[in-house]
Amino acid sequence: MVIELFCTFARIGLFTFGGGYAMISLIQDICVEKKKWISHDEMMDITIIAESTPGPIAINCATYVGYKKRGMVGAVASTIGMVLPSFIIIYLISLFLDSFLEIAWIASAFKGIKIAVGLLILDAALKMIGKMKKKPFQIAVLIIVFLIMMAVNLFSIKISSIALMVAAGLCSLIAFCVRNNMIGEGRK
Amino acid sequence: MMIYIDLFLGFLKVGLFSFGGAYAAIPLIRDVVLHYGWINDEQLACMIAVSESTPGPIMVNMATYVGSMTAGIPGAMIATFSVVLPAFVIIILIMIMLKGLLKNPYAQAVLRGLKPCIMGIILAMGISMIMQNTIIKGTLFSPDIKSVIVCLVLAVIYFGSRKMSKSGVSPIILICIAAVMGVFVY
Repeated sequence: MVIELFCTFARIGLFTFGGGYAMISLIQDICVEKKKWISHDEMMDITIIAESTPGPIAINCATYVGYKKRGMVGAVASTIGMVLPSFIIIYLISLFLDSFLEIAWIASAFKGIKIAVGLLILDAALKMIGKMKKKPFQIAVLIIVFLIMMAVNLFSIKISSIALMVAAGLCSLIAFCVRNNMIGEGRK
Repeated sequence: MMIYIDLFLGFLKVGLFSFGGAYAAIPLIRDVVLHYGWINDEQLACMIAVSESTPGPIMVNMATYVGSMTAGIPGAMIATFSVVLPAFVIIILIMIMLKGLLKNPYAQAVLRGLKPCIMGIILAMGISMIMQNTIIKGTLFSPDIKSVIVCLVLAVIYFGSRKMSKSGVSPIILICIAAVMGVFVY
């Protein structure tokens, strides 16, 4: 069973391009439909948990399924299975990519690719914003953070994005507590 | 020895704050690698393209890559381990004892603030990356006509194809098209 977990997630890790969301559909196909390790409802739960916790979404899923089936050992086996194929592939690529980039036509190919990567990141952001609940507070945070980060990126000012995230989380928490208190006092 | 500790702490931070998957991690990884001067913006863009076109979680690919570039195979192992660790531990904790944690109203309140913040960071990263490759050099405005045209053509292909068919052009195919255009244009 442990070996089966390892092999299944290694296969998922080896054959999914494009990261998290592409993987969720494959994980669902294999773990829910074919192997019946988890139910449809659980898969929904995992997706929501994976989205609201940090880290690679595929790792969150692998750890969850592994732990569910075989406890700690299963969780470790699934997670390592998920990571191992990309680790090996990327390690091999990193060995020769730098000398690869010195070849003139490959360097110009990467000049084009850089623009494509910018578009992909922009697209990922737009998709997330499309799905977001648009309340005034959320929109305000989005716009303020966007403006700060544009200034940071273009004029190389040093503000870490983690500091911004902590600040945004705290603001939201304080706003929630204050509102809760007001409702509480209103009741009294 | 210092480099291993830096890699571990740097990627632990990335693993701990990347809510929402790979694209949320890219700005964080950029912070870390530029802070330590491990790789520059140029190499970072190549790395994102490589991670996007190879199988596996993008964040794991990037951690392995940076680790390997800075400190060989031990570096690759440490960076990969530390980017995965927070996700692993948090999921186990949620399953063992904190089943209700994410439904807790205070946790929900924090997430409500975090999510738009992350989107703002990613949006700014995408737009400034496009600007730096088309109309800005360093901090000066200097448009490069060739790059602007490449960018427009790619945008039309990528966003336009989605209007025509449901799934549109996949990221890997877009990267391939961009590579071919790059070879012929520059």
